[in-house]
Amino acid sequence: MQTSSDEVLISRIANGDRLAMQVLFARHHVRVYRFVLRLVRNEATAEDLISEVFLDVWRQAAKFEGRSAVSTWMLSIARFKALSALRRKPEYELDEETAEAIEDHSDDPEVTLAKKDKAALLREAMSALSVEHREVIDLVYYHEKSVEEVARIVDIPEATVKTRMFYARKKLSELLKERGIDRGWP
Amino acid sequence: MTSEHKEADGIEELLPWHAAGTLDRRDAERVEAALKRDPELARRFEMVRDELGATIQLNETLGAPSARAMTDLFAKIDAEPKRAPRGLGLSARIAEFFGGFTPRAMAYASAAAVLAIVLQAGVIGVMVTKSGSGGSYETASAPTTAPGVGAFTIIRFAPQATMDDITKFMEMNKFNVVAGPTAGGLYKVRVGDASLPSSDLNALVKKLQSDKVVGFVAPTR
Repeated sequence: MQTSSDEVLISRIANGDRLAMQVLFARHHVRVYRFVLRLVRNEATAEDLISEVFLDVWRQAAKFEGRSAVSTWMLSIARFKALSALRRKPEYELDEETAEAIEDHSDDPEVTLAKKDKAALLREAMSALSVEHREVIDLVYYHEKSVEEVARIVDIPEATVKTRMFYARKKLSELLKERGIDRGWP
Repeated sequence: MTSEHKEADGIEELLPWHAAGTLDRRDAERVEAALKRDPELARRFEMVRDELGATIQLNETLGAPSARAMTDLFAKIDAEPKRAPRGLGLSARIAEFFGGFTPRAMAYASAAAVLAIVLQAGVIGVMVTKSGSGGSYETASAPTTAPGVGAFTIIRFAPQATMDDITKFMEMNKFNVVAGPTAGGLYKVRVGDASLPSSDLNALVKKLQSDKVVGFVAPTR
């Protein structure tokens, strides 16, 4: 239902309908923002980028062919913008969240474990993953994208999506182990 | 490596998508069957569900962009050259046709989407209310539980769970849907009329996690 409505909105946007753009923005901007923020780790940059993402949607709406869901198309634009920004300014990689993770990392694993519960440590380990691994985990778990949709957004084969997810989860286990939690896998 | 092992490996790779509820029915059933016959796979699935919960929590704490993002966007759009109207593509025309059944003004499109979500939640809500009003006496003038009072969880139902499964699950546990679904298909569910100590609530959540009707569950306030 929402996918069809999104397609209608895109058609109207292609005709220059500003109100349709407002509806599409209202519907998707928070998720697009969170996706970008998790990649660039800088709120001001993420805000700038979502304006750019939706401006591209405005400009390219006429070229949208409906071969994927609108949300999938927008996330692929968002990803391109975020990675371009990261290439321009690699310092985005090191923000408070990362600094906090590094700080916690210096603790003895037992001390760290005593300080935080397992869920908090899991979230911390997730934040310490590489951009590539964070991205696939967010797309699958938070943005609820299928293997095919992730492949389209990240522009890799479906088999690679599964492999990348597997290695992201494996890395997560390693990071948890460093923090005192042995999941017994892989 | 035997073909059986290869099959098992293939299933394990699908676990994250199964937990997120994005597998098609056929694959979801394959995974469910494998989980039933393989305790180690079931244990690993619990890890995946922990990851799913942590990812949702992590993202939900990120907040939302300020109004600046929208202001900037529309300032740029207003600076763009006006474009000539064009026709709709086939898929858009079909979508537009069905869109004709919703309120005409685009300004109401968001409200319609919200209404659809509320109605969907209402279907579950009504189902639960009916199930809860069977045996005991209730006054007609006031709800039995004040809003905001009780113990709560957020739940996403498993994609393969039917309405019948969900009805039975809610009836059996005497739960109430109080809000949802959110964009991620999450419902806020009252699991007790009074608040519970976090240890009790966590124990309940752990128990609910093993129910096949539940895709994801976590404590909430």
